[in-house]
Amino acid sequence: MNQIIQIAKRELASFFDSLMGYVLIIMFLGFSGFFTWIYGDDIFFIGEANLNIFFKVAYWSLFFFIPSLTMRSLTGELRGGTLELLLTKPISYWQLILGKFTSTFILISMALAPSIVYYISLWFIGSVDHPAIILGYIGLLMMSMSYIALGIFCSSLSDSPIIALLSSLCIGIFFHQIFETIASSSLGVMGSIFSSLSMFTHFESISRGIFDLQDFIYFFSLIIFGLYASKEILVSRNLNA
Amino acid sequence: MDIVVEHLTKRYGPQKAVDNISFRVKAGEVLGFLGPNGAGKTTTMKALSCFIMPEEGDVKIGGYSIREHPEKIKKHIGYLPENNPLYQDMNIIDFLEFIAKVHQIPKHLIQERLLDMVKVCGLEGEKHKLIRELSKGYQQRVGLAQALIHDPDILILDEPTTGLDPNQIVEIRELIRRIGKEKTVILSSHILAEVEATCDRIMIINNGRVIVDGTAEELRKQAQGNEILKLGVAGGDINEIFEKLMDIESVETVDFIDFECQLLEVQSYPDASSVKAIFDTCVANNYYITELTPIETKLEDIFRELTTH
Repeated sequence: MNQIIQIAKRELASFFDSLMGYVLIIMFLGFSGFFTWIYGDDIFFIGEANLNIFFKVAYWSLFFFIPSLTMRSLTGELRGGTLELLLTKPISYWQLILGKFTSTFILISMALAPSIVYYISLWFIGSVDHPAIILGYIGLLMMSMSYIALGIFCSSLSDSPIIALLSSLCIGIFFHQIFETIASSSLGVMGSIFSSLSMFTHFESISRGIFDLQDFIYFFSLIIFGLYASKEILVSRNLNA
Repeated sequence: MDIVVEHLTKRYGPQKAVDNISFRVKAGEVLGFLGPNGAGKTTTMKALSCFIMPEEGDVKIGGYSIREHPEKIKKHIGYLPENNPLYQDMNIIDFLEFIAKVHQIPKHLIQERLLDMVKVCGLEGEKHKLIRELSKGYQQRVGLAQALIHDPDILILDEPTTGLDPNQIVEIRELIRRIGKEKTVILSSHILAEVEATCDRIMIINNGRVIVDGTAEELRKQAQGNEILKLGVAGGDINEIFEKLMDIESVETVDFIDFECQLLEVQSYPDASSVKAIFDTCVANNYYITELTPIETKLEDIFRELTTH
């Protein structure tokens, strides 16, 4: 556990040293705030005291932000050779990967945390569906964890951050939108398979305030699969290199 | 802690980088790995430090196998990888503190260890600089400091002096020698003088196999075959002198080193010395000797001879 914390701390410090952390938080809040309160179908226009718009904006903006954070997580270690430094210390593959995972997750949580202000503001405006909003946040965190795991997996594939970024966007878009689009245009078994593979289905069901174990199983299986695959790739890299 | 390497084999595709290497290093020994580039030194060291898994064979360190207990072994090893990878965007103190914490050094001891390392490795003036701002020599010192910070029993250094200037090389060698008094050290190099200056024992590796294993003295002795003399003779025609020397029974070959200065290289048959016979020949023919020096086989020659076949 200590090892995971140390790696996460170092990683988090380097996010903020490189300004990446600040840029992300400011961009995310600016972006989501703009669409939630000011532009287009904003809260006042709809006239309902919920954060559905915020969740929709966050759903898309996190999809782009997360790969840009994870694109360096293992590629940096591979490129700089520091993987050798870490793995010859008393650090296991799992500790390394979980450390990376934790640091990115903390950063995303830090970006989401100030948006609680939106929630509190709503509270004053009208009667709020509290469980829906809380589950919405849980949904965002779950989705973030899935994409972080996917991003870490993609960053274990090569030592190029660009390849990591593009491949995680490429794989991610299938879960994010394409499966949903296929599902909505196909019928029967095919439709339900794609629908259950789609991130959109599960995120929407959670953010509507419906607690369904299926959704959580979906997110956790994505997370575990992503992290396990990255670990296996690192191991095989060291067996053959 | 003893290191026991048993039949270590590691392949890269069809090529064997390390081919069935076995050796032992006793606690407190300083072992130098010598070999041309690509001989398998780095691969062996990576296996010793639990970074790569060999296909066959095993390494046991302090009784633990790298296959079963890498976590236990890693605690006792300080490893300086070949290209000295460091986090370029951290400053020295933060970086060393991170490594200390990863090694789970108790909190109240960390500060003390940090200052100790900064002092031992001569980083006092630079300690608040970012690592990427440091020259290569200082980065190498940081690499050494991170390898030493948890006071390991075994130190594995892969080419510790590459990229350093001559003064720094001397300093790092001094440091290694000082550390080597208490710890088991394995270092690799393709510079002979370095290994000779720092190591108790030398192992030459080529094409993934151990070719020679012994002290510098033993190596010399082993390679010393025939007596070779550098001989300067004056007082006569050089061609005549040449013929007279060839007539000596114990002389196998005579070569000209410098025709003008009448310098020759005289090689005797195995186990024979021609010194007295040369002297007698000169006296008999009224020549006089201007120079007579035995040519010692240098480690360089041994190295070259062993690794070019």
